[in-house]
Amino acid sequence: MTASPETTAGQKIRVLIAKPGLDGHDRGAKIVARALRDGGCEVIYTGIRQTPQMIAEAALQEDVDVVGLSILSGAHLELFPRIVEELRSRGLDDVLLFCGGIIPEEDTDALEAMGFSAIFRPGTNTRDIVSFVYDNASSE
Amino acid sequence: MTDLIERFLAGERRALSRILTRVENGTPEGREYLRQLYPRSGRAHTIGVTGGAGSGKSSLTGSLAAELRRRGHEVGVIAVDPSSPFTQGAILGDRIRMQDLVLDPGVFVRSMASRGALGGLAPTIDDVVAVMDAFGFPYVFIETVGAGQDEVEIAGTALTTVLVNNPGTGDDIQALKAGIIEIADILVVNKADRPGADVLVSQLRALLSLAPSEGRDVPILSTVATTGDGVPELVDAIDEHRAWLDSSGELDKHRRQEARHQVLSVAQRILLERVRRETSEDALAELVAQVAGRGLDPHTAAEQLVEQGELV
Repeated sequence: MTASPETTAGQKIRVLIAKPGLDGHDRGAKIVARALRDGGCEVIYTGIRQTPQMIAEAALQEDVDVVGLSILSGAHLELFPRIVEELRSRGLDDVLLFCGGIIPEEDTDALEAMGFSAIFRPGTNTRDIVSFVYDNASSE
Repeated sequence: MTDLIERFLAGERRALSRILTRVENGTPEGREYLRQLYPRSGRAHTIGVTGGAGSGKSSLTGSLAAELRRRGHEVGVIAVDPSSPFTQGAILGDRIRMQDLVLDPGVFVRSMASRGALGGLAPTIDDVVAVMDAFGFPYVFIETVGAGQDEVEIAGTALTTVLVNNPGTGDDIQALKAGIIEIADILVVNKADRPGADVLVSQLRALLSLAPSEGRDVPILSTVATTGDGVPELVDAIDEHRAWLDSSGELDKHRRQEARHQVLSVAQRILLERVRRETSEDALAELVAQVAGRGLDPHTAAEQLVEQGELV
Protein backbone atom coordinates (compact mmCIF):
# COMPACT_ATOMS: atom_id res chain seq x y z
CA MET A 1 0.00 0.00 0.00
CA THR A 2 1.55 3.29 -1.09
CA ALA A 3 1.38 5.86 1.65
CA SER A 4 2.64 9.40 1.76
CA PRO A 5 5.80 9.68 3.88
CA GLU A 6 3.99 10.96 6.94
CA THR A 7 0.67 9.19 7.25
CA THR A 8 -1.38 9.81 10.34
CA ALA A 9 -0.93 6.49 12.03
CA GLY A 10 -1.94 5.75 15.58
CA GLN A 11 -5.05 6.36 17.59
CA LYS A 12 -7.87 8.61 16.49
CA ILE A 13 -11.02 9.39 18.44
CA ARG A 14 -13.91 7.70 16.65
CA VAL A 15 -17.35 9.26 17.09
CA LEU A 16 -20.76 8.00 15.97
CA ILE A 17 -23.24 10.79 15.25
CA ALA A 18 -26.77 9.45 14.96
CA LYS A 19 -30.31 10.73 14.72
CA PRO A 20 -32.80 8.44 16.41
CA GLY A 21 -36.50 8.59 15.76
CA LEU A 22 -38.66 10.04 13.06
CA ASP A 23 -37.71 13.69 12.73
CA GLY A 24 -35.77 14.31 9.55
CA HIS A 25 -33.97 17.53 10.37
CA ASP A 26 -30.30 16.62 10.44
CA ARG A 27 -28.68 20.01 9.93
CA GLY A 28 -27.56 20.18 13.54
CA ALA A 29 -26.17 16.64 13.46
CA LYS A 30 -24.24 17.44 10.27
CA ILE A 31 -22.79 20.65 11.74
CA VAL A 32 -21.60 18.75 14.82
CA ALA A 33 -20.15 15.99 12.61
CA ARG A 34 -18.30 18.60 10.56
CA ALA A 35 -16.99 20.39 13.67
CA LEU A 36 -15.63 17.13 15.07
CA ARG A 37 -14.07 16.29 11.71
CA ASP A 38 -12.37 19.69 11.71
CA GLY A 39 -11.27 18.93 15.26
CA GLY A 40 -9.45 15.83 13.97
CA CYS A 41 -11.94 13.10 14.91
CA GLU A 42 -13.09 10.28 12.65
CA VAL A 43 -16.84 10.71 12.56
CA ILE A 44 -19.19 7.97 11.45
CA TYR A 45 -22.43 9.52 10.31
CA THR A 46 -25.38 7.15 9.99
CA GLY A 47 -28.10 9.40 8.64
CA ILE A 48 -31.64 9.95 9.87
CA ARG A 49 -34.39 7.69 11.23
CA GLN A 50 -32.19 5.29 13.16
CA THR A 51 -33.71 2.81 15.58
CA PRO A 52 -32.00 2.17 18.95
CA GLN A 53 -30.81 -1.22 17.66
CA MET A 54 -29.32 0.31 14.51
CA ILE A 55 -27.41 2.92 16.50
CA ALA A 56 -26.02 0.38 18.98
CA GLU A 57 -25.09 -2.07 16.23
CA ALA A 58 -23.28 0.66 14.24
CA ALA A 59 -21.43 1.69 17.42
CA LEU A 60 -20.34 -1.92 17.93
CA GLN A 61 -19.18 -2.52 14.36
CA GLU A 62 -17.32 0.79 14.23
CA ASP A 63 -15.80 0.40 17.73
CA VAL A 64 -16.46 4.05 18.51
CA ASP A 65 -15.23 5.86 21.61
CA VAL A 66 -18.10 8.34 21.61
CA VAL A 67 -21.79 8.33 20.62
CA GLY A 68 -23.54 11.66 20.00
CA LEU A 69 -27.31 11.72 19.54
CA SER A 70 -29.25 14.54 17.92
CA ILE A 71 -32.96 14.80 18.56
CA LEU A 72 -35.56 17.48 17.88
CA SER A 73 -38.77 15.49 18.12
CA GLY A 74 -39.18 15.49 21.91
CA ALA A 75 -38.99 11.70 22.09
CA HIS A 76 -35.61 11.65 23.89
CA LEU A 77 -36.98 10.28 27.16
CA GLU A 78 -38.57 7.44 25.18
CA LEU A 79 -35.72 6.65 22.82
CA PHE A 80 -32.53 7.39 24.76
CA PRO A 81 -33.04 4.78 27.52
CA ARG A 82 -33.59 2.15 24.83
CA ILE A 83 -30.39 3.21 23.05
CA VAL A 84 -28.42 3.01 26.31
CA GLU A 85 -29.94 -0.41 26.96
CA GLU A 86 -29.01 -1.66 23.47
CA LEU A 87 -25.44 -0.37 23.88
CA ARG A 88 -25.06 -2.09 27.27
CA SER A 89 -26.49 -5.36 26.02
CA ARG A 90 -23.69 -5.37 23.41
CA GLY A 91 -21.02 -4.75 26.06
CA LEU A 92 -20.53 -1.11 25.04
CA ASP A 93 -20.69 0.32 28.55
CA ASP A 94 -17.53 2.43 28.36
CA VAL A 95 -18.67 4.63 25.47
CA LEU A 96 -18.85 8.38 26.13
CA LEU A 97 -22.41 9.60 25.51
CA PHE A 98 -23.60 13.10 24.67
CA CYS A 99 -26.72 14.50 23.12
CA GLY A 100 -28.04 17.67 21.59
CA GLY A 101 -31.13 19.30 20.15
CA ILE A 102 -34.40 20.47 21.64
CA ILE A 103 -34.11 19.09 25.16
CA PRO A 104 -35.89 20.86 28.05
CA GLU A 105 -33.80 21.84 31.08
CA GLU A 106 -36.02 19.75 33.36
CA ASP A 107 -34.90 16.59 31.58
CA THR A 108 -31.22 17.16 32.39
CA ASP A 109 -31.16 15.06 35.57
CA ALA A 110 -32.90 12.13 33.92
CA LEU A 111 -30.43 12.15 31.02
CA GLU A 112 -27.42 12.41 33.30
CA ALA A 113 -28.73 9.48 35.30
CA MET A 114 -28.95 7.51 32.06
CA GLY A 115 -25.26 8.14 31.46
CA PHE A 116 -25.17 11.20 29.22
CA SER A 117 -22.12 13.28 30.08
CA ALA A 118 -23.23 16.41 28.25
CA ILE A 119 -26.29 17.99 26.66
CA PHE A 120 -25.73 20.62 23.97
CA ARG A 121 -28.68 22.88 23.26
CA PRO A 122 -29.27 25.41 20.45
CA GLY A 123 -26.69 28.20 20.53
CA THR A 124 -23.83 25.98 21.67
CA ASN A 125 -20.45 26.91 20.22
CA THR A 126 -19.23 23.89 18.27
CA ARG A 127 -15.77 24.41 19.78
CA ASP A 128 -17.26 23.51 23.17
CA ILE A 129 -18.45 20.19 21.74
CA VAL A 130 -15.01 19.41 20.29
CA SER A 131 -13.35 20.31 23.62
CA PHE A 132 -15.81 18.14 25.50
CA VAL A 133 -14.99 15.15 23.29
CA TYR A 134 -11.23 15.63 23.60
CA ASP A 135 -11.41 16.15 27.36
CA ASN A 136 -13.55 13.10 28.05
CA ALA A 137 -13.00 10.47 25.37
CA SER A 138 -10.34 7.83 25.58
CA SER A 139 -9.31 6.53 22.19
CA GLU A 140 -7.62 3.21 21.71
CA MET B 1 -4.91 -10.42 24.58
CA THR B 2 -5.51 -14.18 24.57
CA ASP B 3 -9.02 -13.49 25.81
CA LEU B 4 -9.84 -11.25 22.84
CA ILE B 5 -8.38 -13.76 20.38
CA GLU B 6 -10.48 -16.53 21.93
CA ARG B 7 -13.62 -14.43 21.66
CA PHE B 8 -12.69 -13.59 18.05
CA LEU B 9 -12.25 -17.26 17.23
CA ALA B 10 -15.61 -18.00 18.86
CA GLY B 11 -17.17 -15.58 16.36
CA GLU B 12 -17.89 -12.69 18.72
CA ARG B 13 -18.40 -9.51 16.69
CA ARG B 14 -17.36 -7.19 19.50
CA ALA B 15 -13.99 -8.93 19.62
CA LEU B 16 -13.63 -8.57 15.84
CA SER B 17 -14.42 -4.87 16.15
CA ARG B 18 -11.87 -4.26 18.91
CA ILE B 19 -9.13 -6.16 17.12
CA LEU B 20 -9.86 -4.25 13.91
CA THR B 21 -9.24 -0.96 15.74
CA ARG B 22 -5.89 -2.10 17.09
CA VAL B 23 -4.79 -3.52 13.75
CA GLU B 24 -5.96 -0.40 11.91
CA ASN B 25 -3.91 1.76 14.27
CA GLY B 26 -0.82 -0.32 13.61
CA THR B 27 0.14 -0.41 17.28
CA PRO B 28 2.58 -3.11 18.51
CA GLU B 29 -0.43 -4.83 20.09
CA GLY B 30 -2.27 -4.64 16.77
CA ARG B 31 0.68 -6.20 14.96
CA GLU B 32 0.69 -9.04 17.47
CA TYR B 33 -3.02 -9.71 16.81
CA LEU B 34 -2.29 -9.72 13.09
CA ARG B 35 0.61 -12.12 13.57
CA GLN B 36 -1.65 -14.57 15.35
CA LEU B 37 -4.61 -14.27 12.98
CA TYR B 38 -2.83 -13.99 9.64
CA PRO B 39 -2.44 -17.77 9.13
CA ARG B 40 -6.24 -18.04 9.27
CA SER B 41 -6.71 -15.57 6.40
CA GLY B 42 -6.59 -16.30 2.69
CA ARG B 43 -9.94 -18.01 2.40
CA ALA B 44 -12.20 -15.02 1.65
CA HIS B 45 -13.05 -13.79 -1.81
CA THR B 46 -11.96 -10.15 -1.54
CA ILE B 47 -13.77 -7.81 -3.90
CA GLY B 48 -12.74 -4.21 -4.53
CA VAL B 49 -15.40 -1.71 -5.53
CA THR B 50 -13.93 1.46 -6.98
CA GLY B 51 -15.05 4.37 -9.13
CA GLY B 52 -15.61 8.11 -9.03
CA ALA B 53 -17.13 10.06 -6.14
CA GLY B 54 -20.89 9.66 -6.32
CA SER B 55 -20.76 6.80 -8.81
CA GLY B 56 -22.78 4.59 -6.48
CA LYS B 57 -20.05 2.46 -4.90
CA SER B 58 -21.69 2.34 -1.47
CA SER B 59 -25.17 1.67 -2.79
CA LEU B 60 -23.85 -1.01 -5.10
CA THR B 61 -21.80 -2.62 -2.31
CA GLY B 62 -24.94 -2.65 -0.15
CA SER B 63 -26.98 -4.26 -2.95
CA LEU B 64 -24.27 -6.85 -3.62
CA ALA B 65 -24.11 -7.74 0.07
CA ALA B 66 -27.90 -8.08 0.20
CA GLU B 67 -27.90 -10.39 -2.84
CA LEU B 68 -25.16 -12.55 -1.28
CA ARG B 69 -27.21 -12.75 1.93
CA ARG B 70 -30.18 -13.98 -0.12
CA ARG B 71 -27.85 -16.69 -1.42
CA GLY B 72 -26.97 -17.62 2.16
CA HIS B 73 -23.47 -16.14 2.49
CA GLU B 74 -22.06 -13.92 5.24
CA VAL B 75 -20.45 -10.68 4.13
CA GLY B 76 -17.84 -8.30 5.53
CA VAL B 77 -17.57 -4.75 4.20
CA ILE B 78 -14.71 -2.28 4.64
CA ALA B 79 -15.59 1.18 3.38
CA VAL B 80 -12.87 3.81 3.06
CA ASP B 81 -13.55 7.55 3.02
CA PRO B 82 -10.97 10.34 2.85
CA SER B 83 -9.23 11.96 5.81
CA SER B 84 -8.76 15.72 5.78
CA PRO B 85 -5.21 16.55 4.70
CA PHE B 86 -5.26 19.48 7.14
CA THR B 87 -6.93 18.26 10.32
CA GLN B 88 -6.63 14.47 9.77
CA GLY B 89 -10.30 14.25 10.70
CA ALA B 90 -12.82 12.44 8.54
CA ILE B 91 -16.52 12.01 7.94
CA LEU B 92 -17.23 8.35 7.25
CA GLY B 93 -20.64 8.21 5.60
CA ASP B 94 -20.73 5.04 3.53
CA ARG B 95 -22.99 3.28 6.06
CA ILE B 96 -25.83 5.63 5.11
CA ARG B 97 -26.25 3.66 1.86
CA MET B 98 -26.24 0.31 3.65
CA GLN B 99 -29.04 0.83 6.20
CA ASP B 100 -30.90 -2.34 5.33
CA LEU B 101 -27.89 -4.43 6.37
CA VAL B 102 -27.25 -2.88 9.79
CA LEU B 103 -29.29 -5.36 11.80
CA ASP B 104 -28.37 -8.42 9.75
CA PRO B 105 -26.13 -10.60 11.96
CA GLY B 106 -24.55 -12.02 8.78
CA VAL B 107 -23.13 -8.65 7.74
CA PHE B 108 -20.38 -6.58 9.35
CA VAL B 109 -19.63 -3.09 8.02
CA ARG B 110 -16.53 -1.20 9.09
CA SER B 111 -15.65 2.34 8.01
CA MET B 112 -12.02 3.41 7.65
CA ALA B 113 -10.45 6.80 7.07
CA SER B 114 -7.70 7.03 4.45
CA ARG B 115 -5.29 8.58 7.02
CA GLY B 116 -2.99 10.14 4.46
CA ALA B 117 -2.58 7.10 2.22
CA LEU B 118 -2.51 7.69 -1.50
CA GLY B 119 -4.16 5.34 -3.94
CA GLY B 120 -7.74 5.33 -2.62
CA LEU B 121 -7.27 3.08 0.41
CA ALA B 122 -5.80 3.39 3.92
CA PRO B 123 -2.29 2.68 5.29
CA THR B 124 -3.24 -0.56 7.05
CA ILE B 125 -5.99 -1.73 4.67
CA ASP B 126 -4.32 -5.05 3.86
CA ASP B 127 -4.03 -5.89 7.56
CA VAL B 128 -7.68 -4.98 8.21
CA VAL B 129 -8.79 -7.10 5.24
CA ALA B 130 -6.75 -10.03 6.59
CA VAL B 131 -8.53 -9.78 9.97
CA MET B 132 -11.99 -9.73 8.33
CA ASP B 133 -10.88 -12.68 6.22
CA ALA B 134 -9.63 -14.56 9.29
CA PHE B 135 -12.98 -14.00 11.04
CA GLY B 136 -14.47 -16.26 8.39
CA PHE B 137 -16.48 -14.05 6.03
CA PRO B 138 -16.49 -15.87 2.68
CA TYR B 139 -16.92 -12.50 0.91
CA VAL B 140 -15.14 -9.29 1.96
CA PHE B 141 -15.89 -6.09 0.04
CA ILE B 142 -13.44 -3.20 0.03
CA GLU B 143 -14.94 0.07 -1.09
CA THR B 144 -12.33 2.69 -2.04
CA VAL B 145 -12.56 6.45 -1.64
CA GLY B 146 -13.95 8.18 -4.71
CA ALA B 147 -11.28 7.30 -7.25
CA GLY B 148 -10.32 9.34 -10.27
CA GLN B 149 -7.83 8.16 -12.82
CA ASP B 150 -4.90 6.72 -10.98
CA GLU B 151 -6.08 5.09 -7.75
CA VAL B 152 -5.10 1.56 -8.65
CA GLU B 153 -3.96 0.12 -5.30
CA ILE B 154 -7.22 -1.77 -4.90
CA ALA B 155 -6.23 -4.22 -7.65
CA GLY B 156 -3.49 -5.53 -5.37
CA THR B 157 -5.59 -5.64 -2.21
CA ALA B 158 -8.62 -7.37 -3.74
CA LEU B 159 -8.81 -10.55 -5.81
CA THR B 160 -11.60 -9.13 -7.96
CA THR B 161 -11.79 -5.45 -8.86
CA VAL B 162 -15.12 -3.94 -9.91
CA LEU B 163 -14.89 -0.51 -11.55
CA VAL B 164 -18.10 1.51 -11.33
CA ASN B 165 -18.81 3.97 -14.17
CA ASN B 166 -21.77 6.24 -14.82
CA PRO B 167 -23.33 7.58 -18.00
CA GLY B 168 -22.70 11.23 -18.79
CA THR B 169 -19.38 11.66 -17.00
CA GLY B 170 -16.95 12.29 -19.83
CA ASP B 171 -16.26 11.46 -23.45
CA ASP B 172 -14.47 8.37 -24.72
CA ILE B 173 -11.06 10.05 -24.47
CA GLN B 174 -11.35 9.80 -20.68
CA ALA B 175 -11.67 6.06 -21.03
CA LEU B 176 -8.73 5.90 -23.46
CA LYS B 177 -6.29 7.18 -20.88
CA ALA B 178 -4.13 4.73 -19.03
CA GLY B 179 -4.76 3.98 -15.40
CA ILE B 180 -7.76 2.85 -13.46
CA ILE B 181 -9.68 1.23 -16.30
CA GLU B 182 -6.83 -1.23 -16.83
CA ILE B 183 -7.24 -2.73 -13.36
CA ALA B 184 -10.91 -3.64 -13.78
CA ASP B 185 -11.80 -7.32 -13.74
CA ILE B 186 -15.44 -6.36 -14.16
CA LEU B 187 -16.80 -3.08 -15.55
CA VAL B 188 -20.13 -1.81 -14.26
CA VAL B 189 -22.28 0.93 -15.74
CA ASN B 190 -24.29 1.97 -12.68
CA LYS B 191 -27.27 4.36 -12.78
CA ALA B 192 -28.03 2.56 -16.04
CA ASP B 193 -31.56 3.98 -16.04
CA ARG B 194 -30.09 7.35 -16.97
CA PRO B 195 -29.67 8.65 -20.51
CA GLY B 196 -26.43 7.70 -22.22
CA ALA B 197 -25.99 4.32 -20.52
CA ASP B 198 -26.14 2.36 -23.78
CA VAL B 199 -23.60 4.67 -25.40
CA LEU B 200 -21.22 4.23 -22.46
CA VAL B 201 -21.54 0.44 -22.63
CA SER B 202 -20.63 0.44 -26.32
CA GLN B 203 -17.74 2.87 -25.74
CA LEU B 204 -16.37 0.62 -23.00
CA ARG B 205 -16.83 -2.44 -25.21
CA ALA B 206 -14.96 -0.77 -28.07
CA LEU B 207 -12.19 0.20 -25.71
CA LEU B 208 -11.83 -3.31 -24.31
CA SER B 209 -11.66 -4.78 -27.80
CA LEU B 210 -8.37 -2.93 -28.24
CA ALA B 211 -6.86 -4.16 -24.99
CA PRO B 212 -4.47 -7.11 -25.02
CA SER B 213 -6.40 -10.19 -23.99
CA GLU B 214 -5.23 -12.00 -20.88
CA GLY B 215 -7.15 -15.15 -21.55
CA ARG B 216 -10.37 -13.70 -20.25
CA ASP B 217 -12.89 -11.13 -21.47
CA VAL B 218 -13.72 -8.34 -19.03
CA PRO B 219 -17.51 -8.35 -18.72
CA ILE B 220 -19.50 -5.11 -18.83
CA LEU B 221 -22.67 -5.11 -16.73
CA SER B 222 -25.41 -2.54 -16.31
CA THR B 223 -26.88 -1.96 -12.85
CA VAL B 224 -29.23 0.32 -10.98
CA ALA B 225 -27.92 -0.12 -7.44
CA THR B 226 -30.86 1.61 -5.77
CA THR B 227 -33.41 -0.81 -7.28
CA GLY B 228 -31.16 -3.87 -7.43
CA ASP B 229 -31.49 -4.19 -11.23
CA GLY B 230 -28.54 -6.13 -12.63
CA VAL B 231 -27.14 -6.97 -9.19
CA PRO B 232 -27.72 -10.77 -9.32
CA GLU B 233 -25.90 -10.82 -12.68
CA LEU B 234 -23.03 -8.85 -11.13
CA VAL B 235 -22.75 -11.36 -8.26
CA ASP B 236 -22.61 -14.14 -10.88
CA ALA B 237 -19.83 -12.29 -12.71
CA ILE B 238 -17.89 -11.87 -9.45
CA ASP B 239 -18.17 -15.60 -8.74
CA GLU B 240 -17.16 -16.42 -12.32
CA HIS B 241 -14.05 -14.26 -11.96
CA ARG B 242 -13.08 -16.12 -8.80
CA ALA B 243 -13.58 -19.46 -10.58
CA TRP B 244 -11.36 -18.21 -13.43
CA LEU B 245 -8.67 -17.11 -10.95
CA ASP B 246 -8.71 -20.61 -9.43
CA SER B 247 -8.65 -22.52 -12.70
CA SER B 248 -6.13 -20.36 -14.60
CA GLY B 249 -3.41 -20.27 -11.96
CA GLU B 250 -3.83 -16.47 -11.70
CA LEU B 251 -4.81 -16.78 -8.03
CA ASP B 252 -1.36 -17.93 -6.95
CA LYS B 253 0.26 -15.29 -9.13
CA HIS B 254 -1.92 -12.57 -7.58
CA ARG B 255 -1.18 -13.75 -4.05
CA ARG B 256 2.59 -13.80 -4.64
CA GLN B 257 2.59 -10.35 -6.25
CA GLU B 258 0.52 -8.94 -3.42
CA ALA B 259 2.68 -10.58 -0.74
CA ARG B 260 5.80 -9.12 -2.38
CA HIS B 261 4.19 -5.69 -2.55
CA GLN B 262 3.16 -5.82 1.10
CA VAL B 263 6.53 -6.99 2.37
CA LEU B 264 8.34 -4.27 0.42
CA SER B 265 5.96 -1.52 1.46
CA VAL B 266 6.17 -2.47 5.13
CA ALA B 267 9.97 -2.56 4.81
CA GLN B 268 9.79 0.91 3.28
CA ARG B 269 7.72 2.14 6.20
CA ILE B 270 10.07 0.62 8.78
CA LEU B 271 13.08 2.27 7.12
CA LEU B 272 11.32 5.62 7.02
CA GLU B 273 10.33 5.34 10.68
CA ARG B 274 13.95 4.55 11.50
CA VAL B 275 15.18 7.61 9.61
CA ARG B 276 12.61 9.77 11.40
CA ARG B 277 13.65 8.32 14.77
CA GLU B 278 17.36 8.70 14.21
CA THR B 279 17.35 12.24 12.87
CA SER B 280 16.62 15.22 15.05
CA GLU B 281 13.91 17.70 14.13
CA ASP B 282 16.67 20.34 13.92
CA ALA B 283 18.68 18.35 11.38
CA LEU B 284 15.56 17.76 9.29
CA ALA B 285 14.56 21.43 9.52
CA GLU B 286 18.03 22.46 8.35
CA LEU B 287 17.85 20.23 5.27
CA VAL B 288 14.29 21.31 4.52
CA ALA B 289 15.31 24.97 4.69
CA GLN B 290 18.15 24.36 2.23
CA VAL B 291 15.85 22.61 -0.24
CA ALA B 292 13.14 25.26 0.09
CA GLY B 293 15.80 27.92 -0.58
CA ARG B 294 16.95 25.96 -3.65
CA GLY B 295 20.42 25.59 -2.17
CA LEU B 296 20.09 21.81 -2.21
CA ASP B 297 18.02 19.46 -4.33
CA PRO B 298 15.59 17.02 -2.64
CA HIS B 299 17.52 13.91 -3.72
CA THR B 300 20.83 15.04 -2.22
CA ALA B 301 19.03 16.17 0.93
CA ALA B 302 17.30 12.79 1.31
CA GLU B 303 20.60 10.97 0.82
CA GLN B 304 22.16 13.09 3.56
CA LEU B 305 19.19 12.37 5.83
CA VAL B 306 19.57 8.63 5.37
CA GLU B 307 23.35 8.78 5.86
CA GLN B 308 22.96 10.82 9.05
CA GLY B 309 20.71 8.06 10.29
CA GLU B 310 23.60 5.66 9.60
CA LEU B 311 21.40 3.32 7.62
CA VAL B 312 23.70 2.94 4.66
